[in-house]
Amino acid sequence: MEKNEDLLIVENLTKHFKTSFGVVRAVDEINFKVKPGETFGLVGESGSGKSTTGYVIMGIYTPTSGKIIFKDKDVSVHAKRRPKYLKRDMAIVFQDPASSLNPARTVKDIVETPLRVHGLAKNRDELDKRVAELLEAVELPPKDFMHRRPRDLGGGERQAVAIARAIATNPSFIVLDEPTSALDVSIQAKIMKVLMRLQRELNLSYLFITHDLSLMRNVSSRVAIMYLAKIVEFAPTAVFFQNPLHPYTQMLLSSVPVLTDEEEQLKPKEVTSRGEVPSAINPPPGCRFHTRCPFANEICKTKEPTFVMVEPDHYVACHLMSK
Amino acid sequence: MEPLLEVKDLRIGFKTYMGKLKVLNGVNLTVHQGEKVGIIGESGCGKTTTMRAILRILATNAVIDGGDIQFRGNDVLKMDKKELTEMRRKSITMIFQDPTAALNPVFKVGDLLADVIKFSGSHDSGKHSKKELREKSIEALKEVALPDPERVLDSYPFQLSGGMRQRICIAMSLSTAKDLLIADEPTTNLDVTIQDQVLRLMKNLVEKKNLSVILISHALGTVSGTVDTVYVMYAGNMIEAAETKELFSNPLHPYTKGLLKSVPKLTGAGFSEGIRGRIADYINPPQGCRFHPRCDSAFEICRKENPQFLEVDANNHKVACWLYSKR
Repeated sequence: MEKNEDLLIVENLTKHFKTSFGVVRAVDEINFKVKPGETFGLVGESGSGKSTTGYVIMGIYTPTSGKIIFKDKDVSVHAKRRPKYLKRDMAIVFQDPASSLNPARTVKDIVETPLRVHGLAKNRDELDKRVAELLEAVELPPKDFMHRRPRDLGGGERQAVAIARAIATNPSFIVLDEPTSALDVSIQAKIMKVLMRLQRELNLSYLFITHDLSLMRNVSSRVAIMYLAKIVEFAPTAVFFQNPLHPYTQMLLSSVPVLTDEEEQLKPKEVTSRGEVPSAINPPPGCRFHTRCPFANEICKTKEPTFVMVEPDHYVACHLMSK
Repeated sequence: MEPLLEVKDLRIGFKTYMGKLKVLNGVNLTVHQGEKVGIIGESGCGKTTTMRAILRILATNAVIDGGDIQFRGNDVLKMDKKELTEMRRKSITMIFQDPTAALNPVFKVGDLLADVIKFSGSHDSGKHSKKELREKSIEALKEVALPDPERVLDSYPFQLSGGMRQRICIAMSLSTAKDLLIADEPTTNLDVTIQDQVLRLMKNLVEKKNLSVILISHALGTVSGTVDTVYVMYAGNMIEAAETKELFSNPLHPYTKGLLKSVPKLTGAGFSEGIRGRIADYINPPQGCRFHPRCDSAFEICRKENPQFLEVDANNHKVACWLYSKR
């Protein structure tokens, strides 16, 4: 395979789940690339398949079809079948730190587990030193926190422990699955600061999954918008907020509650929110958004739109753009 | 004009095995007829406790240590069972945070709605035929813009989506005439596009019926577009109150300032430092102002005495902070 500059390439990735109601199409043929050291944002509402995408990349689910290429190696299999040195290079921070940390373990146990599994410390002393370093890195004084258990910590502190665990093996890529949505705003700001500092210091790539557009605006360099298992728009963050083109993106942006007048001006005026997300078992034919789209016409109901490049690096999957 | 609801210096604690949680530490709140009031604050600051106290639906281990709640000039804390039922049926209604938990899963939506209408007593005779109840239910569902109300009435709550469930909760609380609507984080569990729809709907209905509203939220943006006056709570204290525009453009209390700065902006201004530390422990709350351990401008008196909630300028801007008190 030829060398290229992208750290992670996702090609036609599809994940379907069989349930007693039918096949749920959680992720349907999506493509994107993540470059080293960048934050790639994946935005969508609940049920759009953004978390499933993150899980499939991490190997928590086996992809139904499509490819995941990480550091030029094909890893489109379950984590169990991936080589250990590649697993060490990827990590994930989950949404709810209360359920992603084992309540029976101390902070030290939690953070040192990945180090032990991957044999990254020769002896007890080295292990202790490394755990202290990691806690220091996420701004938890090791002396105070080492021997406490998750239930004794606040939400922000718990998430900091989850981050320390994620960076323990020195990964180059981390999936952040709504890392701050369970936290209060003042705590969210603190955790985001830590994440951004770590990214600079350790040259990390992030796949940042969120439903919060205001948050996304402040962290990511490129954004992809997902709706019902499909990506509908790609753009560099600054362009995206100046010139959102897909009607769904406009609806999403116009729904964001804001505080200031400058922000209010950024919101598109033409589209107001209506309708609800259809079921992922029987997604609408053609463009999946046509049931809620104010501009939908005949072609949208039958033919699925393909990606059109409207300006450099800005891609939209909408029939309005193809004309 | 006499206010519709007035809460004065309300203090509430909870008895637990670890000791007594001193949660509310002097809450003041005034709601006038037709006024829309927002309360913001982070999780655990006592927003919901205050609302539950107004309806007297606090948990059984709650202790009311002092204070006064006046609704239309009646003392809520001294009401007997009959008066309370009357008030809950006719005057105050509440929308809860989680519509899934608020709707009984073993009854159809139609039965739930019919019960509310039947017991609200807003109809003179008090007796309704089934047909009448059903018509009124359909009307209520139409009002909240639910498509196909006939089918919704015959569905169980779990067969509907989160947005639809919350609309049903709104329909239940607004189907009969009321004076005050308490909405406790009504859109926290919903997606942004649905949140936008629900907030707009609520605002329209409330304005149409000239209701007073208390909207509680931890998301500052949802409050700013909906209400006239905003109160800020921190660790069981009301710390600031002002007209919505004034509060967001000219915050006075150090906590409000920190909170506003922490909100990520669509304009991409980056992040502030957040507020250091975490919310006060209620078993041993800090002496004096409960915010002082996290406050950068704290001085001597902040550690000793809790500041009073006072007006600081002519615009009815109130704040509880020693920086603004003349002492």
